[in-house]
Formats: sequence, C-alpha cells, structure tokens
Amino acid sequence: MPSLNYVAPTTVSDAVKILAAASGPTRVMSGGTDLLVQLRSGRLKPELIVDTKKIPGIIGISGSAAEGFTIGAATSGALLSEHAGLVAAYPGVVEATNLIGSTQIQGRASLAGNLCNASPAADSVPAVIVVGGTVTIAGPAGPRTAPVESIVTGPGRTSLAKGEFIVSFHLPALKAKTADAYLRFIPRTEMDIAVVGCGVSVTLDDSGVITAAKISLGAVAPTQVMVDASCIIGTKLDDAALAKLDAAARAVCNPIDDKRGTIEFRTKVAGVLARRTAAIAVARAQARA
Amino acid sequence: MSKIHVSTTVNGEAAEFLAEPQESLLDALRNTLNLTGSKEGCGSGDCGACSVIIDGRLVCSCLVLAVEAGGMAITTIEGIAEGEKLHPIQQKFLENAALQCGFCTPGFIVATKALLDVNPDPTETEIRYWLAGNLCRCTGYDKIVRAVQDAAAEMRGS
Repeated sequence: MPSLNYVAPTTVSDAVKILAAASGPTRVMSGGTDLLVQLRSGRLKPELIVDTKKIPGIIGISGSAAEGFTIGAATSGALLSEHAGLVAAYPGVVEATNLIGSTQIQGRASLAGNLCNASPAADSVPAVIVVGGTVTIAGPAGPRTAPVESIVTGPGRTSLAKGEFIVSFHLPALKAKTADAYLRFIPRTEMDIAVVGCGVSVTLDDSGVITAAKISLGAVAPTQVMVDASCIIGTKLDDAALAKLDAAARAVCNPIDDKRGTIEFRTKVAGVLARRTAAIAVARAQARA
Repeated sequence: MSKIHVSTTVNGEAAEFLAEPQESLLDALRNTLNLTGSKEGCGSGDCGACSVIIDGRLVCSCLVLAVEAGGMAITTIEGIAEGEKLHPIQQKFLENAALQCGFCTPGFIVATKALLDVNPDPTETEIRYWLAGNLCRCTGYDKIVRAVQDAAAEMRGS
C-alpha cells in the first residue's frame, strides 16, 4: 500500500489542526472496524489516518437518566453494554449497538464510526435518532452541536466539513414514561448487515396513551428515514393503530434489491418491524414512572 | 512515512518492534514477533481466527493497527497455557474433540477465555452468541460448545 501516515493526537485542537491541514485523503479512526476493512479491500485509499483514541474523554460515558448522557465518540459498544445506567435508560440504543458485528467487533466499534461510515444499514443510527441524540463536533470554526439525523447525507457521506470530527454523543435527559427499542432483520442469526433496522421511542401519558413517538428505519433507503408517527399518537397502539403504523412504515421505504432482500421483502419487513418495535417501546414505557 | 517504534506488552512480557502504519497487529504478532498462533482467516474481522485480548477486551487483531499497540497489554493464544501446563480450556477442547484442522482453534480458545473471565457460568445460548464471531469450517460447533461448558464447569470447581 503506498505511503500511509498515522498520527494519534492527544488533544482535540491538535486533531483539528491536523485534519484541517491535511492535503490528501484523510480518515479519522475510532475503533477501525469499518476503516481497516475498507483499507484492506482498497475501497478507501487514505494518505493519513488520524486516530482519536488518545484524546482524553473520547472514550467514556458520563451522566445519568436524569441529566442525560455524554458518550465519547470512540467509546466501544462493549463499554456501552456494560454501563448499567445507560442500559436501563436507553435500552434501544444499547441493543442496537450490541447488534453490530461480533463480540470482537463490539470490543472496538464506536457510535462515531458507525455514524460517520454512513452505511444506510448502520444499526446504531436509527436508535440514536429516535431518542433525540446529538453530537458535539470539533472543527476549525470551533465546536458545534448537531442532531444525529443531520450527519448522514448519503451512503458513505456525511455533512462534516474538512477539519471536523465528532467528539461526543449526547442523549437527552430521560422524560417520564418514555422508552426506546430497536429491532433488526438479518438473514442469519448474527454477523450480518441489516436488511431492515427500526428504532422507536415513545412517550405515554398516565393512562397509557401515546403522546409522542419517533420512528426511524434503516437499510430501506440511502439514508435513515423517519416514519410518520402521527398514526399512533393519541392511541394505545391498538390493532388499528398498528395496522396504520405498518402502512406508514412501508410508505417511506425506498430500498435496494440485493441478495439479502428484495425491495418487496424489505418493504414488508419494515412494516413488521415497525409494529414489533413500537410494541416493545410501549411496553417498556408503561413499566416506567 | 518511515516505520513507527512500538513498545508494548505481549503475554506479560515487554515487546518492542517497528511497524509500518498500514500493518495490522496480526501482521506484527505473526511476522515480527514470531507469535504465529493467531491466524489470518479473513483479514476483515469476520472469522475470529486472529482473536486476541487487549487490556481485558476480546478483539480481532486484524482490525487493530500495529502502531496502536503502544502501552497495551495483549494476550495471545501463546499466553493461555502456563508454561507446559495446558489451560483447562485447552484441555477440554482436546478431550471433547473440539478441533479438527485446528485453524480456528486459537481464536476460539482466546474468545472462550474472554467469555469465562466475565461469565463463569454461561448458558448455551450465551456461549453461542459470544462465539458468533468465531467461525469453524470443520466441527459444526457442537463439540466446541460442549468443550466450553466442560471447561467452565472445571474452572468453577464443579
């Protein structure tokens, strides 16, 4: 492989300077579980890898359900799954991240990598979108915050400008009677790319009626797509509401046809997963204060 | 870029080497440190034959850059036995015929060690899901699962 340089800056500002000044193709590295695969296959030919893992705070989880959580951009899925408070507050986010790859991949894969690799089938992205996740981005113009759903602009493409990289993710303070869930369909049991991914977050009132909901589908369009949740607002997710949700999910699908699933199959499964995921989120929310 | 100097710890012993930026940790272990127990089955993090434990965490060494290894504590298959004494996991893999060609076996043993370090009494489902990133072409997995259960029982003193 022709000249590849590697650098591991120890501060955010050093990383920004290096990224902004880089003249050739450059990639930020968190866990490397997508980057190294693409390097080996020749799909990516960077001249510089900027490893962020030595920046203090880029790995780690702080906060609580009451305050919200801050998750360092390069924090591994394994660390997320081991954080009891995060698992209890946002089980959907953790179960989505837990589906990425294998135990070995979990030991390295990060939310930032999963987001910025910008695969339409990324598992963590729909889950983080529906809970209102935001990212803090460092860059030459200074830090900025952005909603997670603004980052992916197309397959393999993000809205990050030259010199910018994600420093942390933020999940908001958990509202009352609010819960999330994530389901994915793959052709085998483990270790595959989503054919459909569905993240749902719901908020209920004291009588169990849905007052707010967000539903995001992955792998059925070039980017993650939101489902129009108005059909379940004001309901207790009875059969009529579920049927409307199924239709609403299918309506936003614009998937590809490939060996994992045809357009027809992906669209149908999107409806199925929307119903099942919403039911899980509602059950979880009912159990919450 | 010229090679980068790396100081790390492998199986409890200090190790130093020079590595090119694009070199994987797997390459460095096998080609530079002559620790050929970890195998390259795919080079893409799918098969687990290259599994190592870094700072207590199970990872694929083919997806770690050699130049990242500075300051890490790495355990490879070579570090599982205690000198000439096989680890119970290794012993039970032999007793249960949990290997045929043996190519996937180092990865399975390292992954099993990582499992039993955090979960000494895993259910069959937990074992299978934990080991989902380790592929075996020969055995059909059944004897591997039994070996893991056997080793877990032995290590619990059952």
